[in-house]
Amino acid sequence: MIRPSLASLHLGLIAGLGVAALATFALADTPKPRVVSLGGSVTETIVALGAEDLLVGRDSTSNYPESVLALPDVGYIRALSPEGVLSLTPDLILSEDGAGPVEAVAVLQAGGIPFVTMPGSFSAQGVLDKITSVAAALNLEAEGAALADKTAAGFAAAAARADAVTAPQSVLFVISLQGGRVMAGGEGSSAAGIIALGGGVNAVSGFDGYKQITDEAVIAAAPDVILMMDRGGDLALSAEDVQATPALAATPAAKAGRIIRMDGMLLLGFGPRTPDAALALNAALYGG
Amino acid sequence: MVMLAETTDIQDRSIRAARVTQGLALALAVAGLASIGSGATGVSLFDMLDGLSAREALILWDIRLPRLAMGALVGAALAVSGALMQGLFRNPLADPGIVGVGAGAGLGAVLAIVLGGLLPATLGAWIGPQLVPFAAFLGGWAATIALYRLASRGGSVSVATMLLAGIALGALAGAVTGVLVYMADDRQLRDLTFWGMGSLAGASWAKIAASLPLIVPVLALSPLLARGLNALALGEAQARHIGIDTERLKRITILGVAASAGASVAIAGGIGFIGIVVPHLLRLATGPDHRFLLPNAALLGASLLVLADIFARTLLAPAELPIGIVTALVGAPVFLWILLQRRGIGGL
Repeated sequence: MIRPSLASLHLGLIAGLGVAALATFALADTPKPRVVSLGGSVTETIVALGAEDLLVGRDSTSNYPESVLALPDVGYIRALSPEGVLSLTPDLILSEDGAGPVEAVAVLQAGGIPFVTMPGSFSAQGVLDKITSVAAALNLEAEGAALADKTAAGFAAAAARADAVTAPQSVLFVISLQGGRVMAGGEGSSAAGIIALGGGVNAVSGFDGYKQITDEAVIAAAPDVILMMDRGGDLALSAEDVQATPALAATPAAKAGRIIRMDGMLLLGFGPRTPDAALALNAALYGG
Repeated sequence: MVMLAETTDIQDRSIRAARVTQGLALALAVAGLASIGSGATGVSLFDMLDGLSAREALILWDIRLPRLAMGALVGAALAVSGALMQGLFRNPLADPGIVGVGAGAGLGAVLAIVLGGLLPATLGAWIGPQLVPFAAFLGGWAATIALYRLASRGGSVSVATMLLAGIALGALAGAVTGVLVYMADDRQLRDLTFWGMGSLAGASWAKIAASLPLIVPVLALSPLLARGLNALALGEAQARHIGIDTERLKRITILGVAASAGASVAIAGGIGFIGIVVPHLLRLATGPDHRFLLPNAALLGASLLVLADIFARTLLAPAELPIGIVTALVGAPVFLWILLQRRGIGGL
């Protein structure tokens, strides 16, 4: 089970302070900076720090909380339009790792706009690092420390629950069922991260990220629980969809009717809500 | 009398073509000014005329001008490559894709996106963000050379073999691409999708400098191929009889297309429609004579892509639409409409 140790927390703080030194310099004379946020988890973190009023733009993956949908959308984080971002006259751009194209990022930097890339990984430490770095970039260290403490406490509670599990359940995360084929979350995926935090064991391994797996692999995985995203509307996978897919219907999970559906951004976003997601998943897996 | 009528007809056509050339040059100039004067920030030409602020200078020199230059370059290269291919294959459906440029460049790009992370760190850092365009260009070039070799026998190139081998090579490249797509993670998949829809958002002077030596010579020298391509329209044997070195013509045309179309696909991704439709529109307007068709295709291709880019970056501002979507979404219905208009007058 992943638990934030004191040492790694300390490392995270040092990384955060490095970013802070940079950003403070840039924002010294801007009391209320105009901020463009790229990446759903960064946006969630900014809002959780109580800095939503600083936001003047977001990318297309930022859709929580609902109030940020009213902000101008600069498009997909990997296909930014430099002039589009400039048109929002930002003082600061906070981004998840991997914004692009590189030429667009270079133009924004040439325009003198600090472009700060946040660290992040699909772990408790990754979430805490992100909170510290975002807070530092916004000169909100006190709020950042409070949110990081609160989130770390949440992770600690989730970890305590996860550690108390005596018989871990194996969980198969199904992201889609295209044409009856199961696309599952493998090693290093955000799904694997949240399953671990929730005290479960990923039922499939041997591949990275999200892949379509064969029916036999599904049967061999024999998950105790099937986990899916609850996207609402027509896109949602229902329990009937699972029962209608022969390979899934043959699993212990489907036979026992153990199908868990959770909000996708909550489950996989790896932002400040992740402890809640871990606790909710733990409760769904083990009751209580 | 018949001879006389034909002569005046040809004269009419060349006068008309010259007028079309002038009109297209004007259109390109207007499209260029419109492109410089529009964008998400709302900075207009008039704002720029009264001296440039630092922000306006950045928008003009680092964003709009490189996009304009890259759009014009890529549009011209795609349209001329399409016209050259259609002339060479004597087939109105030919486009640079037929010599494997599309499939090869696509495979190169997918390889770079999915496996780029496996490069040794030093090499990766050196080539860095230019890996995808570089790999796309190499892929397009390699596919063309492979096809050319496959279709050559005893110093002569069979155009029919090249066409068929191109289809086979395309299928092979598609299969390998499929394997790589299967290996790709979420983010790489999205990168692949966006690459396939084309974009000028990554425009930079560095990319323009890299593609200029590959595209401009082909644009400038393509009219020299016009006489040969005109003769080839009668058939390969007939062209040889009137003194055209058809093998040399084929070789130069194919290499020219591989260079210019390969470079444009490499820097702008997959932009469809321009290569096939621009030459058609011009043939409807001024006939099939390559002496007029090739320069006019360069001008019209450049104008259309610059225009499409204006829509791509303003319609959804501050986000932007992939330009390949704009060219197909706006262009295809217009082209169909023109075809239906012409149907009454008789054939293509």
